[in-house]
Amino acid sequence: MKLFLMNILLAISWCALTADASLANFLAGFVVGYAAMAMSPVRKISRGYFRRLPRILGLLVFFLKELVASGLRATMEVLSPVRKSQPRVIRVDTELRERNHLLLLSQLISLTPGTLVLDVDPEEGVLYVHAMFAHSEQAFLQELRGGMERRVREVFD
Amino acid sequence: MIEWLLALLIVSGSFFGFTAALGLVRMPDIYTRMSTSGKAATLCCGLLLAAVAIQLQDARVTARVVAAILFLLLTVPVGAHMIARAAYRTGSPMWKGDATGPSESASREKQ
Repeated sequence: MKLFLMNILLAISWCALTADASLANFLAGFVVGYAAMAMSPVRKISRGYFRRLPRILGLLVFFLKELVASGLRATMEVLSPVRKSQPRVIRVDTELRERNHLLLLSQLISLTPGTLVLDVDPEEGVLYVHAMFAHSEQAFLQELRGGMERRVREVFD
Repeated sequence: MIEWLLALLIVSGSFFGFTAALGLVRMPDIYTRMSTSGKAATLCCGLLLAAVAIQLQDARVTARVVAAILFLLLTVPVGAHMIARAAYRTGSPMWKGDATGPSESASREKQ
């Protein structure tokens, strides 16, 4: 967190030095600051930030891809004259115990069209997910564990 | 070039908005309605707001667009989750999916 703020400060000073306060220049300053920090001894003090930021971006890209893909699938379902979906409630046993991790995972699941978190048991790390397109429970669980849950765990790692 | 990108964003955003509204009418039970309408609406708003930001090319507008999308992503799933949870707890019937059609399977009570 401290390093993230430092990175933002570096980006602001980059904007001041180049006398251009646009968003694109701020992002450029952020990238330059990140590279500079990654090469400096700061890296040895705290490795977490440099490991986490690429993973957060990875999760973001993965989630946007997932959002568009399942959005299209839900759209097909709405437009097609025959119902192909088989909705069911699936119990997902996750390995996450922290409330923040479960919150992020269930937010992401609820945001994807076609899946909806009905209930959460934070002590056991269990989510009850209503899934529209899960034709097999095992396949759905595998996809969720290998995709979203693993990435959420890595982000907080 | 940028006009085509804008057109693509706006048309696809409106398309998702349209199907979200259609989903409210066409889906058989409350859970599938929440799934198809709420989330597709997020996608619709996100695409339209992105188009606005690209068109206006203004830092103030872009900042507001980013904030709006961020709050959308934070609040939509919470709302959808609370409505679905309330429906589940009050025993709203769930459509199980059937080739014969929603109206028959809803009354038949499978499982």
